Amino acid sequence: MALFARRPVAPLEYTRKTWMRLWVGATLVFLYAPLLVLMVFSFNDSKRNVAWKGFTLKYYEKALNNDTLVEALVNSLTIAALATVVSVILGALAGVMLWRFRFPLKGAVEGVMSLPIIVPEICMGVAMLIFFAKVDWPTDLPWPLNLSAITIAHITFCFPFVAMVVRSRMASFNREQEEAAKDLGASEWATFRDILLPHMKPGLVAGALLAFTLSLDDFVITFFTSGPDTITFPVKVYSMVRFSVTPEVNAASTILILLTIALTAVALKLQGVKGIAETH
Amino acid sequence: MSLQDWKQHRRPFAAIASAPLFWLVLFFLVPMGIVWLYSFGQNSGPADIAITGTLDNYKRATEWLYLSIFGKSLAVAALVTLICLIIGFPVAMAITFAAEKWRPWLLLAIMLPFWTNLLIRTYALMMLMGSNGYANRGLGALWDGASWLKTLVGLQPLEAWAPVPLLYNNFAVVLGLVYVHLPFMVLPLYSALDRLDKSLIEASLDLGAGHFRTLTKIVVPLAGPGIAAGVMITLIPALGAYLTPDLMGGTDSQMIANVIERQFKRANDWPFGAALSFLLIYAMFILVAIQSLRGDRKKEAR
Repeated sequence: MALFARRPVAPLEYTRKTWMRLWVGATLVFLYAPLLVLMVFSFNDSKRNVAWKGFTLKYYEKALNNDTLVEALVNSLTIAALATVVSVILGALAGVMLWRFRFPLKGAVEGVMSLPIIVPEICMGVAMLIFFAKVDWPTDLPWPLNLSAITIAHITFCFPFVAMVVRSRMASFNREQEEAAKDLGASEWATFRDILLPHMKPGLVAGALLAFTLSLDDFVITFFTSGPDTITFPVKVYSMVRFSVTPEVNAASTILILLTIALTAVALKLQGVKGIAETH
Repeated sequence: MSLQDWKQHRRPFAAIASAPLFWLVLFFLVPMGIVWLYSFGQNSGPADIAITGTLDNYKRATEWLYLSIFGKSLAVAALVTLICLIIGFPVAMAITFAAEKWRPWLLLAIMLPFWTNLLIRTYALMMLMGSNGYANRGLGALWDGASWLKTLVGLQPLEAWAPVPLLYNNFAVVLGLVYVHLPFMVLPLYSALDRLDKSLIEASLDLGAGHFRTLTKIVVPLAGPGIAAGVMITLIPALGAYLTPDLMGGTDSQMIANVIERQFKRANDWPFGAALSFLLIYAMFILVAIQSLRGDRKKEAR
């Protein structure tokens, strides 16, 4: 019975040791069980999240008919899309700048560029709140301009991540290709477009996905920059959780989790499972 | 590969560098600078803050109440980091030594929660831990089982199960922070362990050292920088955590970020909040400096 003849466990095959498997399994249960329970209970026909009373879709209907919730979701997606586009452009420029040039105070610039990544979110949020109050940023603009303050704040903490990813991608670029293109008469711009950009592309894709998730995920900084009329999805869910825990929140959360899974699937398609593992 | 000097390529340099530098200065350094200035100011009207150069805000931050909250935040963050390290290290080891075809999927399984919205994850955990949630019911079932076993051997049964308060206390905050930050720890640990020369581990095992001894004498010293990175990546966000203590904590489990938030949203004492923010940023700088000092000493020792 070849099927049951297991090879003996080699010393380094830690994954095949039972206690290791149990440990990893328990960790995954710890990470996923709450999310699964949340998703299952979004279909539960009961006001309270306690006992299973039967399958229903009415909370999805309710969530999708809740105008502020839908508006918040649209706002969040708009902000994430805008922030991703600008962050990718700024991040690519910053990454190329650090990779390519020698300039005075480079160490300081690098340090400041990494600050938005390490400064605690609450401090960034506070800084954005004070800044937009100080410059009297208008809050009563028509949509989507009323989202500008939040979008600016998101770009500020997203683009350094893109810069990091792009820079590490550029480290593997063969400079001779660029020189060859120039020797053959390509202009600075043509070289950039036809030689550098194609090499940079995987970095840009990874950076864009990172920026989009970071923006969609952010609560604290948005909480401080959003005006009274501009609500994003996390801020809305926060107030719902704060004041009343209803299955509607479960339904809305499930929609966002499914969106995250869809994004991950897109990333898988674009980069392959190994590519994702390497960029993080 | 040599870097280009910006002076010889002024135009491309200006084209590339101006936009990101402009953005960084206007929307990051300027706001941070204003916070820093405000921390030396005082309220001089309902919506006015006069920057007087006073140090009162910092003096107030050294009051026992605030010092104890700072200390507690640090202790909670350190505890969370330790628990994440204990849970995460074997997981990272298992991923490193997993079969080639499984490894990326295991990594993806760790990363997927990390991409899921923080608020949703916190809410999911809260749902499970409420007084009627599954965590409590599971404990209740265990309790009843124990009670039944006792009657089986002829002893008095245990008292009836009363749900334990799992939410709105310090325990909930620590558990919530561990839940949220675990992927932060596993990923850098994995990338450090992955770079390890596996023949060294094999050699150690061949030469008669046990698994535990190999771990302490070979794996941990070699993966040291990665472990330090993982600790920092977990410790810094845990120290500044706002959402978890706010939603899952009780009245006595607020952390420093909650105090800062209160100064801005409720107490309306912006200068004091600004001073606390900068103290938190300084604390983070010190942590980063300690780590880079350690890294430098390692390099010199070689």
